Amino acid sequence: MDWGAIIQNSFRGFIGEPFIYFSLAAMGLNMHYGYTGLLNFGQAVFMAAGAYGLSMAVVTLGLNFWWGLLLGIVIFPLLLALIMGVPTLRLRADYLAIVTIAASEMFRIIARSPSLDRWTGSSDGLTAFANRFYDFNPFDKQKRYFFGLFIGNQMWVVLIGWIVLSIVVLIVWMTMRSPWGRVLRAIREDEDAARSLGKNAYWFKMQSLMIGGMFGALGGMFRAIGTQSAQPQNFITDVTFFAWVALILGGAAKVGGPIAGAAILYGILNFTDVLLRQLVENGYMPEAIMDGTQVGQVRFMMIGLGLILLAIYRPQGIFGTKEEMALDDR
Amino acid sequence: MTAEPSTAQELFDGVPYEPGAAKNDPILVADNVRRAFGGLVAVDVEHLEVQRGAITALIGPNGAGKTTFFNLLTNFDEPDTGDRLFEGNDLSGVSAYKVANLGMVRTFQLTKSLSKMTVIDNMRLGGTEQAGESFFRALLPFLWRRQEAEITQRADALLERFKLSHMRDEFAGTLSGGQRKLLEMARALMVRPNMVMLDEPMAGVNPALKQSLLDHVKGLRDEGMTVLFVEHDMDMVQEISDWVVVMAEGRIIAEGPPESIASNQAVVDAYLGSHHDSALDLEAD
Repeated sequence: MDWGAIIQNSFRGFIGEPFIYFSLAAMGLNMHYGYTGLLNFGQAVFMAAGAYGLSMAVVTLGLNFWWGLLLGIVIFPLLLALIMGVPTLRLRADYLAIVTIAASEMFRIIARSPSLDRWTGSSDGLTAFANRFYDFNPFDKQKRYFFGLFIGNQMWVVLIGWIVLSIVVLIVWMTMRSPWGRVLRAIREDEDAARSLGKNAYWFKMQSLMIGGMFGALGGMFRAIGTQSAQPQNFITDVTFFAWVALILGGAAKVGGPIAGAAILYGILNFTDVLLRQLVENGYMPEAIMDGTQVGQVRFMMIGLGLILLAIYRPQGIFGTKEEMALDDR
Repeated sequence: MTAEPSTAQELFDGVPYEPGAAKNDPILVADNVRRAFGGLVAVDVEHLEVQRGAITALIGPNGAGKTTFFNLLTNFDEPDTGDRLFEGNDLSGVSAYKVANLGMVRTFQLTKSLSKMTVIDNMRLGGTEQAGESFFRALLPFLWRRQEAEITQRADALLERFKLSHMRDEFAGTLSGGQRKLLEMARALMVRPNMVMLDEPMAGVNPALKQSLLDHVKGLRDEGMTVLFVEHDMDMVQEISDWVVVMAEGRIIAEGPPESIASNQAVVDAYLGSHHDSALDLEAD
């Protein structure tokens, strides 16, 4: 058993690239669901907007990297929020849920259609659009950094990721202590009450959808930059639900909840992955139970079991407070 | 409970005791307001004027369309036809939140306290024109901090008046039913309304708290606000209202000061016609 590899990989999951993508996506969901009560089951489409905004700007439209950032972080998510929000935000919460899940699948299926190959690269997606990003990389590509966890290019992605994540945390923390955040929380509790006190609930919900969507787009964009590719299968429905798992695990409506949730989720996924592999390789795991090819599935089963236990024993998430949960029942 | 002499009675000098009577100084006027749900006409009000500075009660048997009419007046529901004028502003097509900003604030039959927010945050939410309610300004606290302090001061004063100060930093979800009614009323005052619309303010309130709620409602009038409330509790109607409007089957069937209503034949018919077994408390006076 190589315990060094197990610890190293777990730690990498804890702070590495997937942690960054999913923290950002879950921060967006926290804005939507945790603070405003919006049910967004299509965060993957906002992530795709970030990824495709950048890659299509650079590859398809031939614009420079900075325009790609603008398109991916601001313009695409804003348009998406408007398209999905205008017809549904005046209605009950479930309608947004339906529209977001449909939109995220529609986007993925349209993006991979062969007739749009010229625009989206169909199922192969678009590649090599983030060279400009790596031009700024101050790290040596050949060396390993941060306890040997990341090679130069990865270190650059992760470092910028941490910085962006910190900024997003700061924005959420500040706005949620402000009167703006108070209106969002009021809408989550009771939209009609907020309206009766002169608050334009519709517009506040729209703002929340836009801003949470932009956080998701940042997450998707990091994923695209980290792998230098934007592909439709990177934005399947599972991606949305991973972000939800991170949010629920950490605790909704807590600033640090999504980050803790994403870190724990990927820490555990990596830990169980390497541990199971080591057990199989070293012959500790009888073949009758599982072999090396089943590790991927088994670790998700374990996460599922963990979530069930969480739902039973700590439904408020790791950072949530029991008192607040209890208020729902009154 | 005996009726105290009402202080706003003179506002109604010369107003006839009949449905749709013109008031001396109406703050809210409804004209031909009609709302049907499928084949059922829930509200069909020809004309109603609400006197400024008085407490008007809207009563009627169950299913009379009181709450529907109330929602129409506050724009939480749109009528099929008809006009509503609030202080001369036509309310047709105006969003509910804008009606609140015009100075008409409502409460709800099922109290809408914001459970997972503290009592003081509930109150602060009512503050109007808070600059920090814009996303970008929210990031720059120095732009709204002073205003927030003023709002908090006003909120604390109201909490003091409504005897909720001791619950200031508790979650509103931990309040009792009666305290929530008080909180909702106090919160509505944060908007600095000209007119307060109360939907069954006494529903689910224990008798001990009832008296203090009544005093608070009277207090609103004494401060110059207009109050319109929907109520089943006849004690309350008798005690604090200056004028009573009676609805039945979607229409207004009678209007007048509370003393005149008990003896009104149309009202007796409306109540007793559909509820033979329930006594009409109004007759007691």
